[in-house]
Amino acid sequence: MSNRMGKQTVVFKNPPHIFAAAAVGGNEEGKGPLAKYFDKIFTDAYLGEASWEHAESKLQFHAVNMLLEKSGVPASNIDMMFGGDLINQCTSSYFAARDLALPLYGIYGACSTMGEGMQLAAMAVAGGFAKKTVAVTSSHFCSSEKQFRFPLEYGGQRPPTAQWTVTASGAVLITDGECIDTECPKITHITTGKIIDMGITDANNMGAAMAPAAADTLKAHFSDTGFKPSDYDLIVTGDLGMLGKELLKRLLLEYNIDIAPYYDDCGCMIYDIDRQDKHCGASGCGCSASVFGGYLFHLMQTRKIKKLLFMPTGALMSPLSCQQGDSISGIAHALRIEVN
Amino acid sequence: MDKKTYSAMVKELSPSSPIFMDIVKAFFGGGAICLFGEILRNFYIMRGIDSKSALTWVAITLILIAQLFTGLGIYDKAAKHLGAGANVPITGFANAVVSPAMEYHTEGLILGLGAKLFTIAGPVIVYGTAASVLAGLLYYFKEVLMK
Repeated sequence: MSNRMGKQTVVFKNPPHIFAAAAVGGNEEGKGPLAKYFDKIFTDAYLGEASWEHAESKLQFHAVNMLLEKSGVPASNIDMMFGGDLINQCTSSYFAARDLALPLYGIYGACSTMGEGMQLAAMAVAGGFAKKTVAVTSSHFCSSEKQFRFPLEYGGQRPPTAQWTVTASGAVLITDGECIDTECPKITHITTGKIIDMGITDANNMGAAMAPAAADTLKAHFSDTGFKPSDYDLIVTGDLGMLGKELLKRLLLEYNIDIAPYYDDCGCMIYDIDRQDKHCGASGCGCSASVFGGYLFHLMQTRKIKKLLFMPTGALMSPLSCQQGDSISGIAHALRIEVN
Repeated sequence: MDKKTYSAMVKELSPSSPIFMDIVKAFFGGGAICLFGEILRNFYIMRGIDSKSALTWVAITLILIAQLFTGLGIYDKAAKHLGAGANVPITGFANAVVSPAMEYHTEGLILGLGAKLFTIAGPVIVYGTAASVLAGLLYYFKEVLMK
């Protein structure tokens, strides 16, 4: 009995449940339209720490703590955690897991990491290797600027295609079936993304680098499962931003797939882009994670949406690879999440 | 879709920079900084400093103000609008040195602050020095050897 469907998709016979979700954010996120869906907003960008890197780690720590608190599950009952971030060698996740004392798999998929983590967590649960798993990711505007761009106080200008790395962390608790009161959202299908490279070299245009990968994964998902865009109440990508969002819609139209009526992007949802002056929108590991952990999970719990395709997107590059002239590859992992 | 077609599609849909307004803001912003420098120069000369030393004092004052504004988190906000107007004058150079100093102090005084201080300004110094050597050589050949 195979759990596979088509070339890239896994279907779960006993779908893992998303037992709880949590999101914490920074000051800018607290001024955005999704502010009330965050469990906690930190107005101090340092979170009381001495460096940006430690501040990001603290974000992840608080997101997982909040998740455990909300779910009522003690840390000792978590079998494994899948954590990731954007900082060199994933130190934000490792330091957070050290402080939480949880068994960790540190993972990296750039901004698609939440999709990767949730897929791995779901497979671990469905395979019977764990009963309770956590998937968590974070990003911090200041630590990302420092690592990927310029010092914060440097007087540079961002091009209009640039996106703003969110200061946020989101965490979900994926379990093998027990739920608090109402029936939890379930992960029924996952589609693993391929790395797609369309030759974009502009590090200030991540949306364009990731859109082809998003299109590829969506195409694979629809052809593997036989679902249509109309089988979803909402299709959400991670952080394509305003430009990437348009590109994805256009790319899919080439294959006669029209997602427009059901489609949105976390990178376009978390900020009031014009008022908060965020150019093409938001990006970062914490973007899709916190939008899911706060807003999207709330929509599912309140049954405002019942069928969600959640697809975090990542731009695979490093400052070094960009300086060496390499193009930026994209990746996107999709999860079908349903609630009755 | 091939890479070329995609690249054309990206170009078509990408929002472009408001070049005209950028130029206007850079012109008046950079102009204002230079005007302030000129006012300073006159002020120093009025205070009895000779005109050559006054120029040095102007540079010192502008750098000091730019450093202070960088530390207070004002310079980057102004430069976001003024663009090249804030980067080209000597104040931009001060900002380019102070901002990494602030950013990398967490990695220590030697390998953090010391090593990263010129990450932005370094190339300007390297190629500025190289260009001045080249200009000096050309001047030497023109003025000394050609006569």
